[in-house]
Amino acid sequence: MATTRGGSTVPVADGAGAGTLLLPREGGVRRRRGSMAAWTFLVPNLVLVVVFLLLPLVLAIVISFQKRQSLGTPEFLGINNYLDLFRDGVFWRTLWNTVLFTICTVPVGMALGLGIAALLNGVLPGRTLYRSIIFLPLVISGVATGVLGLWMFDQYNGFVNNLLAVFGIVGPDWQSSGGWAMFSVILVTLWQRVGFDMLIYLAGLQGVGSDVLEAASIDGASGWQKFRRVTFPLLGPSTFFLLIMNLIYSFQIFDTVFAMTAGGPDYSTTMLVTYAYRSGFDEHGSGQLGYAATIGVIIYLITLAITVIQWRVNKTRDQLG
Amino acid sequence: MSVTALTAQDAAAGSSGRAKALRRSKRGRLFTLRVVLAIVITLIMFFPIYWMLVTAFSTREDLYAPGLHLVPQHFTLDNFATPFARFPVWQWFKNSAIITLLTTVITVVVNLLAGYAFAKVPFRGRNALFLILLSTMMIPVQAIMVPQFTLSIGLGLFGNIWSVILPESAAVFGIFLARQFFLAIPDELIEAARVDGAGQFKTFFAIVLPLCKPLVAVLVLLSFMNEWNALSWPLIALFSNEALFTLPLGIVTDLKSQYTSDYGAIMAITLLAITPMVVLFLSFQRYFVQGLARTGIK
Repeated sequence: MATTRGGSTVPVADGAGAGTLLLPREGGVRRRRGSMAAWTFLVPNLVLVVVFLLLPLVLAIVISFQKRQSLGTPEFLGINNYLDLFRDGVFWRTLWNTVLFTICTVPVGMALGLGIAALLNGVLPGRTLYRSIIFLPLVISGVATGVLGLWMFDQYNGFVNNLLAVFGIVGPDWQSSGGWAMFSVILVTLWQRVGFDMLIYLAGLQGVGSDVLEAASIDGASGWQKFRRVTFPLLGPSTFFLLIMNLIYSFQIFDTVFAMTAGGPDYSTTMLVTYAYRSGFDEHGSGQLGYAATIGVIIYLITLAITVIQWRVNKTRDQLG
Repeated sequence: MSVTALTAQDAAAGSSGRAKALRRSKRGRLFTLRVVLAIVITLIMFFPIYWMLVTAFSTREDLYAPGLHLVPQHFTLDNFATPFARFPVWQWFKNSAIITLLTTVITVVVNLLAGYAFAKVPFRGRNALFLILLSTMMIPVQAIMVPQFTLSIGLGLFGNIWSVILPESAAVFGIFLARQFFLAIPDELIEAARVDGAGQFKTFFAIVLPLCKPLVAVLVLLSFMNEWNALSWPLIALFSNEALFTLPLGIVTDLKSQYTSDYGAIMAITLLAITPMVVLFLSFQRYFVQGLARTGIK
């Protein structure tokens, strides 16, 4: 079944394939009693989701049409927040930062993850230990990763610049130069994220049968050709799952950046989500809640677009499979 | 690339002894190269953690001296003592622990119940509801933080820990994990319990749940991790209330902003903050791996 291939597309495929998993219809009283029980099981979770997720989502749209500050009564603005947003240079800048960050982290992280997975796949002494250590950054908080990254890349006393000094290189200004700050955030994110890519690809590689590879060998394929023409195409579902997960993760990155650069210097590492936070709640800001909600709606729309693409593709694959 | 494939390749090729020896030495070199590469990558990945350890136990003078000083030259505990004296670090720990435990319990219980309904109890609109829940899974806090903020004020939650716990318990990722696990439980088992006169709830708690220890473990660990590490929402909900700061919040707003140049202290407290997660991860790795591979990260 396509939904379980590689063990990775699971929650995703679930939604698309839900129709096929329905239990047979039961009639009359039985069904109604089942229904009652079902709702009792569901109510606690539904109450939480409705009050703290769905209702805020609707309210976010309402508030995005208001001028609202931390204090004082809200005032209806119509689409003015949206017009302001599209004229706001900082909005476009942070959107561009987010795109740049995503482009730099997602493909590189996946390529590294695939490389490491290929390296660790098969017999290798100490393989479990390597895997655990590479996976470890994933369970550590974004805050810890961020402050650790900041210290390692500290432009005056950090390890990275001290190491470069050993080779006679004067290290870059990781904190005061916007470009280098972004680069350091990207490197730290890759460190944090590569274990996940490795893990999913390792699981995917389990599903690539040795018989196919043997067949390719007999046909005279070289190691690289086997990888390029056989293994990689068979990893398709894993690659797609990772692509979506990483896109969402990179697009929504907040903790690491906040702890590491707080979006600075200036706005050079401020992502869209960081900008939303800064507009609404930054201690130095004016508390533009309406404006922050507007950015929130844009963030939601982009997330939704990624999710829809994911559903579409999974649905097609289910039908084909 | 596996060894079996290579052996089979040799057999199939049926090559001469010399070619075979050549290939074997090539394979030996390839194998050595793989081991070396794996060790190098692992060391690079581990180094930042190691550096956190070194920093936490080094004196300020050593840290700010030029050079690499790869081991602590003058072992010290000052980096722990100073921030503990200046900030309510124990309070942060306590707040983190309370908020994390309560959030974990609520999340896991409600997710288990809902997941069971989606897997085993038929009801009208099940698929539609499932899709709606699925669509909320990826919403980031920043998209809804403003209404969540006004809402928690409106509900009278603002200023106490429930303003964090309740919104953070509105997680749906566990429903999918739970549903999947429950789907694998044979209907016959549930039917048998029902025939014996057990109600839906008795069946769930007495028959199904005891079979689901791995599922519960995964859910508990992932929820715990999410909340122990959480920054985004606590940053908004607790910002004005220093007595309720959690560890990530304390590190980012108090330690980092007032101690910007004292990385020894920052690393020491951060080390303490990550220790519970590292210990949990090392003890229950299998569950983390399974859970994270299925849900991605939230």
